[in-house]
Amino acid sequence: MSVSRNLRTGLIAGAVACSMVGVGFAAVPLYRIFCQKTGFGGTARIEEGAKAPGSTGRIVTVRFDANVSPALGWRFEPEQKTERVAIGARQLAFFNATNLTDKPVTGSAAFNISPDQSAQYFVKVQCFCFTQQTLQPGETQRMPVVFYIDPQFLKDRDDQGVSEITLSYTFYPVDQKPSDS
Amino acid sequence: MTDTTANAHFFQHEEGHGHHDAHHKPGFFSRWFLSTNHKDIGTLYLIFAITAGIIGGAISGMMRAELAHPGIQYLPAMAHFFHEPAGNDAALHFWNVMVTAHGLIMVFFMVMPAMIGGFGNWFVPIMIGAPDMAFPRMNNVSFWLIVPSFTLLLGSLFVSGGTANGAGTGWTLYAPLSTSGSAGPSVDMVILSLHLAGASSILGAINFITTIFNMRAPGMTLHKMPLFAWSVLVTAFLLLLALPVLAAAITMLLTDRNFGTTFFDASGGGDPILYQHLFWFFGHPEVYIMILPGFGMISHIIATFSKKPVFGYLGMAYAMVAIGVVGFVVWAHHMYTTGLDVNTKMYFTAATMVIAVPTGIKIFSWIATMWGGSIDFRVPMVWALGFIFMFTVGGVTGVVLANGGIDNYFQDTYYVVAHFHYVLSLGAVFSLFAGFYYWFPKMSGKMYSELLGHLHFWIFFIGVNMLFFPMHFLGAQGMPRRYPDYPDAFAKWNGVASHGYEVMAVGMMIFFVNVIYTFAAGKKAPANPWGEGATTLEWTLPSPPPYHQFETLPRID
Repeated sequence: MSVSRNLRTGLIAGAVACSMVGVGFAAVPLYRIFCQKTGFGGTARIEEGAKAPGSTGRIVTVRFDANVSPALGWRFEPEQKTERVAIGARQLAFFNATNLTDKPVTGSAAFNISPDQSAQYFVKVQCFCFTQQTLQPGETQRMPVVFYIDPQFLKDRDDQGVSEITLSYTFYPVDQKPSDS
Repeated sequence: MTDTTANAHFFQHEEGHGHHDAHHKPGFFSRWFLSTNHKDIGTLYLIFAITAGIIGGAISGMMRAELAHPGIQYLPAMAHFFHEPAGNDAALHFWNVMVTAHGLIMVFFMVMPAMIGGFGNWFVPIMIGAPDMAFPRMNNVSFWLIVPSFTLLLGSLFVSGGTANGAGTGWTLYAPLSTSGSAGPSVDMVILSLHLAGASSILGAINFITTIFNMRAPGMTLHKMPLFAWSVLVTAFLLLLALPVLAAAITMLLTDRNFGTTFFDASGGGDPILYQHLFWFFGHPEVYIMILPGFGMISHIIATFSKKPVFGYLGMAYAMVAIGVVGFVVWAHHMYTTGLDVNTKMYFTAATMVIAVPTGIKIFSWIATMWGGSIDFRVPMVWALGFIFMFTVGGVTGVVLANGGIDNYFQDTYYVVAHFHYVLSLGAVFSLFAGFYYWFPKMSGKMYSELLGHLHFWIFFIGVNMLFFPMHFLGAQGMPRRYPDYPDAFAKWNGVASHGYEVMAVGMMIFFVNVIYTFAAGKKAPANPWGEGATTLEWTLPSPPPYHQFETLPRID
């Protein structure tokens, strides 16, 4: 019951509390890594410059979905709403973005795969969403994405009933808080 | 319960010596504002919790008044008080503000201060035979952090929270509603209020852990320690591990709101779902933080009034440890509809149901304690029996809600509201009243009216069941929570629930009358009013206990 023994226990408990604050903040990068490794929450796999393994002959429909943050004065649409894609084959798709304002605007796109269990097999090789995009007033740009569906997709029990995968983009403005309005 | 067999005469003897300063009390200001005495701080916490409970309970009364009939009746008038001119949006926003304030007040400023700060401070040191808490000054800091914290929360009602005055985010403060969805300083004040409340609780937890580990009387091993001390020890560990994560999460909310970070904002690569994970990693242990000390109290009361030691003491202690441990790995059952895959849902369903095992051990051990006992239906005992009944009802609906599949239908309906009010509003609150009636003679030195205590119990019991049981039906029929209006089809049971509130409010009046009666005309309480069943150390001290107890430490055989 000496004071120093109490102080020791108290300090240890205090250190535990402080380290749990650290764990709370560490959850941010850990969650990101977890999502990237497992496709959790519809996180697509990114393998820049990877070679597609080649077509397996099996087909899945990929639907393209394009959204724009209300704070960004752009029009943004896929060239094709859906495409029938051979699993394993390298695939190229285009999106068109137009700046409707009279100022140059920079945006960056967040992306997501649905359904969640297919996300880990959706491999992005190259994408306009990896970097920020700047459009001059009135300018329209054709934005490419290169991807393939990992043939492991066919072996995953949870993906047995999946006949359509949706790739969704949302463009947000960069360098301004989009949502304080 | 271990029989501590402390010798009452031994302590009375101490009292006899005039030169001990057991009765030397400081003046009013230094006693109550600079207090370092665990009993005084416990009293302050109890007064604080009752005050907050009145405010939180009044808010629920305002909500039940509005919900008594379909359509919007009183909301604009109530909103007008906080925001002028009160348009329709402001009125509806005020509904969200009430939901938020009711939840936060009851969780952080009523149940937690009463259970841990109030009864924990009062009785853990006495039960383990310690003269005071390990860090008495830090104990004072804990209490005086919770007061400004509550002031900030109440103040947030009067400043802008976006649509109108007050924070309308729900007690969970989900992003993006709490970030980009609520402009104005109100939500910032709520976040800072939670920071202070969290700091207060973490300091309290450190204090309890140190006290219980280092300051037990000679001979009192952990396995002889009374179950209430066990329950507070487990609770303190949950606080220590869970609250810092909440602090981190709401700090991120604060920086997202004010400093342009995007932890929970998809436009900057963040994810609002991450906030939910962080919140519920805290939030689920939090529900056990609210109920575990109640488990401890109920064990003492059942044993006392059955005149038997508690059945399966070690099982009871380790069931609480198990609940605490498993409570940390089930958080995503609050998030079944956020897009978890089937395997994840299966894990969280199974893990959640596992908690029913240690909880069942506790329920059955209480029943086994009573079995064959010489049961005395005094006021604390009827409250404890009420607790067991209510908590079991809430536990059963909890097992229903644990199913990821069923939750798709039930999430955010009144079924969930019924469930958590049965385990908290009725479970935790019944255990608080049981503990209050058990220890009030010890704390005040006076006996309350047994008749009024029974009357309080029966009216309150009928009232809360009328209030919350119909919510199961409403929820099963699909009535969503957090709305001030509903279709006519839900009118009947909502009407019954609002009448239940009135009955409950009458019960509460009787409680306050009883408290006033006790102080004004209560008979003097003996050291042990409950007889041979009450074996823990607090009953060896006079009622009320001396200002400083155990100057010679008790020795436990």
